[in-house]
Amino acid sequence: MTETKPAAGVAAAPNPIDGQKKNFFAHLTGIQSFQILLVLLVIVTIFSILAPTIFPQWTNIRQIVQNVSILAVLGIGMTFVIITSGIDLSIGSVLVFSGVVSAKAMVAYGGGGWDTALVGLLVALVVGALWGLLNGVLVAKAKVPPLIVTLGTLGAALGLAQVITGGVDIREVPVVLTDTIGYGNVFGTTIPLISLVALVIVVIFGIILHKTKFGLYTFAVGSNEEAALRVGVKVDKQLISIYALSGTLAGFAGLLSLSQYGTTAIAGQSQTNLNVIAAVVIGGTSIFGGLGTIFGTMVGLFIPAVLQNGFVIVGVQPFWQQVAVGAVLVAAVFIDQRRRKAAARGAGSKSKVSLANLWSKKK
Amino acid sequence: MTSTIPILEAKGLTRSFGAVRALDHVDFDIYAGEVVALIGDNGAGKSTLVKALSGNLALDTGEIYYAGGKVDLSTPAQASKLGIETVYQDLALAPHLNPAQNMFLGREIPAPGLLGKFGFLDNKAMRLRSKTAFDELGATVRSLSDPVGSMSGGQRQAIAIARSVAWAKGVIFLDEPTAALGVVQTKNVLETIRRVRDKGVGVVFISHNMPNVMEVADRVQVLRLGRRIATFEANKTNMGELVAAMTGALDGAGA
Repeated sequence: MTETKPAAGVAAAPNPIDGQKKNFFAHLTGIQSFQILLVLLVIVTIFSILAPTIFPQWTNIRQIVQNVSILAVLGIGMTFVIITSGIDLSIGSVLVFSGVVSAKAMVAYGGGGWDTALVGLLVALVVGALWGLLNGVLVAKAKVPPLIVTLGTLGAALGLAQVITGGVDIREVPVVLTDTIGYGNVFGTTIPLISLVALVIVVIFGIILHKTKFGLYTFAVGSNEEAALRVGVKVDKQLISIYALSGTLAGFAGLLSLSQYGTTAIAGQSQTNLNVIAAVVIGGTSIFGGLGTIFGTMVGLFIPAVLQNGFVIVGVQPFWQQVAVGAVLVAAVFIDQRRRKAAARGAGSKSKVSLANLWSKKK
Repeated sequence: MTSTIPILEAKGLTRSFGAVRALDHVDFDIYAGEVVALIGDNGAGKSTLVKALSGNLALDTGEIYYAGGKVDLSTPAQASKLGIETVYQDLALAPHLNPAQNMFLGREIPAPGLLGKFGFLDNKAMRLRSKTAFDELGATVRSLSDPVGSMSGGQRQAIAIARSVAWAKGVIFLDEPTAALGVVQTKNVLETIRRVRDKGVGVVFISHNMPNVMEVADRVQVLRLGRRIATFEANKTNMGELVAAMTGALDGAGA
């Protein structure tokens, strides 16, 4: 679980302003991302008991962590977007489109060294940013609902990727990328390099979301757009920046995907957006805006990944993973809804809708 | 009323919404260091006038002068820059942010040194200054770290008022500030209004509560059907006269 530990330090305090520490445990159990972390730990424990010789081994955990890495990069942007009460359905298509254009650019540039890889990286980032910018301008300025805007760019980006390639995947990816970021390890260890790259980005944006003005404005826009506007927050600029960020990260994920799979995998990302949205929501970020953590998103990504991996190992049909994730997703939103209702009542005390309830009833 | 030039003056403001003329050549003036109550029946144009004077409404015609100089108030930011603050009826707080974050939203104190350049914030300073502002108001804010959405209506109102008071340099608009408050809190708000006035700020107080108006206002301006129909010195009038003016029984009298 190398992914989650360092990130915990970043996101453990979603509210940096903290005067009085009350009952620390009660506070922790009230945070949805912590509740969902407990769920993850329970799942891990169950699989560890069922398959002690395979599941908890490093080679297996390494596999899970590696599989989650690209989704983690996408999950950052999605968390920002959903905190503003928006949605970005286009990330999978933008990933594919950026990968395709980046691969084309690298082929055109020629060579297989780091200079070629750098060209590919820049192209992927710029192309992703442009799609994100388009989403952001349409959402913030043209006032088209984000669901519709990104549904449109989802189709457009994927369609254009197929137009560019004629529907045939590009398989020429510089060897330096596949050997290092794709399948390489951090020097002298068995930690996948791609996971370290993802982790660094996760930590950086976790700090930005939870500690800086940009992050604060993200929450403010999602919490009460009108209020933010009245105190002079440039809401349009904030929204455009956030969608551009999501697009840029999708572009970066496109390059990571090229490195990992050695192909543009045009048909391979149709579920990516939904998987990432599910992870963000499972992790406690509210689809109604104003609430969320990067840490929660990371935990939310590991639940489906661990379930899939574990089911295969213990011999359950892996299709059950989809059933289980669906149930967790609905449960997470249900808890979120009740929590919001309790908060809106202004009862004066923190909502106690949490796993802590289940325990206290037993006591 | 020490100065002879109004700190804020409006002349002939007009604004129509379709066929409805919400403001009909309305005039308004307030001097530094006085409390002006703005009263009128529902639909008289009080809220529309406040929106126009706080940069939240585009006008069809009319001119606004701040300390004698003509100004353009088409955005809330322009109003804030002049030191005009408003406590809105809906309070305009972000429910997921805590009181200190709401207090400083849009005016954050950056962290000292290089960190501040990267957008990091000096949360401790903002928390301390918020606490001072709340204490000054006598507001009992339960916690500086809980989201304001979890607090009672009275506490939220206290936070919104404290925010505007802290930033107002010229004029502060209070739109029905005591509507959701208990007796003690209402007394606190009226006390705050006097204190802010004594600092030399002009306070515009919109209320349906006539006893409150009589208690705190220096002058009372009455709106009816989008026009200012009368201005009274608060100590030379009575509730009966005010109500008569609001309902139109006095039409033709006054300004």
